[in-house]
Amino acid sequence: MKIVVCVNHVPDTETRVKVGADGLSIDRTGVNFMLAPYDEIAVEEALRMREKFAGDVTVMSLGNEKHKETLRKALAMGADKAILLKDDGVRDSHGVAAGLAAALKPLAPDVILFGKQSIDYDDAQVGTLVAEMLSLPSVGVAVKIDIQDRKAVCVREIEGGHEIVELKLPAVFLAQKGLNDPRYPSLKGIMAAKNKPIEEQIALAAAPLVETVAMRTPPAKAAGRIVGTDKSAVSELIRLLHEEAKVI
Amino acid sequence: MKFLVFVEQRDTVIKKSSCETVRAARNLADVLGAECIAVLIGSGVEAGAPGLGQYGASRVLVLDDPALAKHSSTAYARAIASVAAAEAADIVFLPASQMGKDLAPRVAVKLHAGLAADCIALRADNGTIIATRPVYAGKALLDVRVTSPVKVFTLRPNVFPATVAQGTATVQKADVALSPDDFGAVVTNVDVAVGRPDVTEADIVVSGGRGMKAPEHFALIEALAEVLRAGVGASRAVVDAGWRPHDEQVGQTGKTVSPALYIACGISGAVQHLAGMSSSKYIVAINKDKDAPIFQAADYGIVGDVFEILPELTAQLKQTLGT
Ligand SMILES: Cc1cc2nc3c(=O)[nH]c(=O)nc-3n(C[C@H](O)[C@H](O)[C@H](O)COP(=O)(O)OP(=O)(O)OC[C@H]3O[C@@H](n4cnc5c(N)ncnc54)[C@H](O)[C@@H]3O)c2cc1C
Ligand SMILES: Nc1ncnc2c1ncn2[C@@H]1O[C@H](COP(=O)(O)O)[C@@H](O)[C@H]1O
Repeated sequence: MKIVVCVNHVPDTETRVKVGADGLSIDRTGVNFMLAPYDEIAVEEALRMREKFAGDVTVMSLGNEKHKETLRKALAMGADKAILLKDDGVRDSHGVAAGLAAALKPLAPDVILFGKQSIDYDDAQVGTLVAEMLSLPSVGVAVKIDIQDRKAVCVREIEGGHEIVELKLPAVFLAQKGLNDPRYPSLKGIMAAKNKPIEEQIALAAAPLVETVAMRTPPAKAAGRIVGTDKSAVSELIRLLHEEAKVI
Repeated sequence: MKFLVFVEQRDTVIKKSSCETVRAARNLADVLGAECIAVLIGSGVEAGAPGLGQYGASRVLVLDDPALAKHSSTAYARAIASVAAAEAADIVFLPASQMGKDLAPRVAVKLHAGLAADCIALRADNGTIIATRPVYAGKALLDVRVTSPVKVFTLRPNVFPATVAQGTATVQKADVALSPDDFGAVVTNVDVAVGRPDVTEADIVVSGGRGMKAPEHFALIEALAEVLRAGVGASRAVVDAGWRPHDEQVGQTGKTVSPALYIACGISGAVQHLAGMSSSKYIVAINKDKDAPIFQAADYGIVGDVFEILPELTAQLKQTLGT
């Protein structure tokens, strides 16, 4: 089975976001980047599929030279090879998806995995855009993927419950938390990753269709009120929620 | 100009997030002088169509087909894009619900449109639309403009009010022919827990963290949720410990919620947790550590023991609300 996982290189979740000098994107000084958490789950799922069905796992990322760090992490987890689609442009999700779709097409994977969303722009659209660009069926927010005879039966999260989705390979899957617990790269894996190839291609990314006009940080919230320190505060809390906030 | 709004229904019941989306689109349509049309897809859904008039739809196009009883991202997207093309819609709106997120990218590609996802505000600016969307888990906001001729927007649930006004909608049949090839991915079964609302849809969410000490003590959280008819949420610490299911996790790697009231019980307020709930309208924190960061985010706090406060709060609310 030929499996490709698309991974993004994103600021770590502890990042204190500051707007950069351009007023359009974040100030990157001192920010640590990492393999996006949902993408890590996607890589893990790919490795488990390979363990079950044989085949190989390629990880792919579109971006600058720094994305190699994230590709290395995925290689250390156990992916076989990596492709960096080199690009220094300002992209929106459509632009990234176009670049990924163009590179994926000639590879004709049986399975393409994504995270359900990056944790930078929180767009949750790249995976499904790629699926549509390649005319492939997809499952978003998958918490279970069962493949048998080139048919996949998946469990997907919806509000208050789950859906069972059926589709045929080749197909696109978007990993959600709960699908698996990603492994930590072993020391052996980290050493082996150093010798695994990272192929470089020039990305065929498209121009943006969504343009950022401004980035700002949300207004700081005024400090809250401590209503009390024991259960005698409860009636006052209920009064505030009822009369001041009017939420109950 | 023409706006087309996709209306999500499950088991023929129209979702609140779709009513919010119709109303938001209509408000913008009034400013820009646009027509606001809704498209309703499913099986046996026609009866719900005229009611969309009260949220601002002037016309509802209905695609009623037994084959569409359950969601199919490929078929639904084909249907929405066909209707949008036939109507020459300038803008397509969808709720940023799980179904909307599954459909919007496909609709956007079919219409060569840019997609501004998960918007929390929309405004007209010199004839174009500026949308605000949270990024970096709400730590920053982007104002964006879609530059393609046709545009797609998804709107975050629970943010735009579903205001009702006098209005009737004309109902028409949507003229869409689907082929078996359009059903690339199909839902064969749905299980939705009845009773308690989902955290992303609930008006009130009660969440518990490690301060609850043990999984069985979540009975206190559930009892409070019960009287408030609230959804139950959890911090990652308790989900990772196996005390609560994944789908209750609130935060950067869990769900983003924006209820009217969020009650955090025994949750410290780590930045990854705040990322998922800081857009709640009112936040209450109950924590025994007065220095817990959750108090910075909270509107009202009680510095106290959850095992003392929660039973009292539940009991008093039960009396007040009579639930
Ligand atoms: C990549 C990444 C992603 C993450 N994503 C998420 C996410 O999506 N959601 C999330 O929640 N976290 C997330 N986290 C984890 C986050 O950093 C915190 O570890 C987690 O939120 C802590 O959970 P907690 O508040 O329940 O536990 P703790 O931090 O242990 O806090 C427990 C609190 O309970 C209080 N307490 C104890 N006993 C009592 C009592 N009897 N009465 C009242 N109060 C009491 C304590 O004072 C303390 O403040 C993520 C972390 C990383 C690295
Ligand atoms: N630059 C990128 N390179 C490779 N994959 C990406 C890139 N950006 C996003 N993705 C993939 O698309 C998913 C959804 O991203 P997004 O739509 O930005 O939330 C991510 O979880 C990744 O799997």
